[in-house]
Formats: sequence, structure tokens, C-alpha cells
Amino acid sequence: MIENYLPILILIGVAIILALLLISLSRIMGPYRPNVMKLRPYESGMDPVGQARERYSVSFYLVAMEFIVFDLEIVFLYPWAVRFVKLGVGTFFAMMLFLVILFLGLIYTLKKGTLDWDFKQIKK
Amino acid sequence: MGLESALGEGFLTTRVDSLVNWARSNAVWPMPMGLACCAIEMMAFAGPKYDVSRFGSEVFRFSPRQSDLMIVAGWCTYKMSHAIRRIWDQMPDPKWCVAMGACASTGGMHRCYGVVQGVDNFLPVDAYISGCPPRPDAVINALMKIQDKIKTEHSVLLDT
Repeated sequence: MIENYLPILILIGVAIILALLLISLSRIMGPYRPNVMKLRPYESGMDPVGQARERYSVSFYLVAMEFIVFDLEIVFLYPWAVRFVKLGVGTFFAMMLFLVILFLGLIYTLKKGTLDWDFKQIKK
Repeated sequence: MGLESALGEGFLTTRVDSLVNWARSNAVWPMPMGLACCAIEMMAFAGPKYDVSRFGSEVFRFSPRQSDLMIVAGWCTYKMSHAIRRIWDQMPDPKWCVAMGACASTGGMHRCYGVVQGVDNFLPVDAYISGCPPRPDAVINALMKIQDKIKTEHSVLLDT
């Protein structure tokens, strides 16, 4: 059973040996002239301006809230819709209550301005 | 000669130097340092009609990390010279340099305080091309000169 994995072991060995061989060959045979500039980032020959890790808002938080509102709604609506008649009147009102609560959440996010990105920029 | 006769038909012996130089000279990847109108001729040099891929140099690299040959095409101001020198320093060895056109070679018609009078003031130039701007044929000629130079160089075990 374990012998079946012998080709994989050989493959790993060959890969490691080949990689080491190629790296050491190019190091031994090719020219090796390190300098400071070779370690610097390439920015068309200029000094890099600012940090690469800049933070910028994509309104992700609000979109995520919106997504959760509709996602949860769908998750609970589908099973209920399949068994709609069998589950009866009580479940119907329970679902309506659930929908109302989520609808209130939707109104809350809308009031917070989830869908008014452009409007906010124009106001500035 | 002894080794070849011992191996028989179908074998070829060579020196490592020759083999490496042959490979290097037929894969000279240029770094297009286009600064002015010469750059248009440099593009023609890479394009279909002049077709530099016959010489293995069609792979224009826009990063110094992967290029062997810097083609300085156009007139170089003092302000730009620092950027060019930095890109040259960032190119891996071995590397070669072509000064393309009158401006890159000598400053050309720009005989003024702002223009470096020839990029050989700060770069080790291997081949100069005359012309304003030079024809793509001339750039191919310079490339062939570079290839000839590579073939005569001692190439392996330089820095071990």
C-alpha cells in the first residue's frame, strides 16, 4: 500500500534536487554582482511615493449589512414557501413578523444612506 | 578532437563559454528606454516589418529585472539621467547598452544646459547608432554588433 507512494517520493526528490541544481548552477556560472538598487522596488526609476497599503472606503460595511438582510430573508423564506399550506396560519403570522423586523432593518440601513454613495459625493 | 572520435557519429563537443554565449546572444531581451522620437523607430524595430524576432530580441521587457539590453532611445535630460541610471542598476548582469540616435550618443542638436551630452557620461555604452532618428535597420545592425560582442566575451565563472 505504502509502496504505491514511492513515485511521489521520487518526484519530490527530483524536484528538490533539480531546483537546487539550477539555482546553484546559475549562481556559480553566471555573474553575481549585487547592488542596493537591485533590491529597491521598480518604479520606473523614480522614488516610490507613499505607501502601497493605503486604506480607502468601499462602503463595504453597509453593503454587507444590506446583504445580510436579504440573505437571511431568502434562507428562511424558501423552506417556508415549500411547506406554505401545511404549516398553517400561525407560521404565516410568524413569518410576517420576521419579514417586518427585517424590513425595519432595511429601512434603517436606507436611512443611514447605504444606497446614496453618489449623492454623498455630490454633497461634498 | 579525441573525445569526438571516441563518441562516434552524432555527437558534438563545445566549450561551456561558447554554448552560454550562443544562448545569450540569441536571446537579448531589450529594455526599451524610449525617451523621444527615436522610440518610434525602436517600436518599428520590434514590429512586423523589421521583425527583430529573427534575432531573438522581440521580447521587449518593461521591467529591468528581466532585460539584458538597454536601448536608450532619445535625448536624455539631467533630471531623467538619474532614473535611467537607477533602471540600469536594477538590470541583472550580464547587461549591455545601446545609445540610439545622435542625441543619446552625443547630445545631438540639443546643445544646451539641460541635456546630457551623450548617455555614455553615466552608462557603459556598448554600441552607438548614428542618425536622427536612425532607421530600424541601424538598430538591428547595433543588435548584431552586440551579439558579436557577446560571442567574444568570457561568460562563465566570472564572480565565483
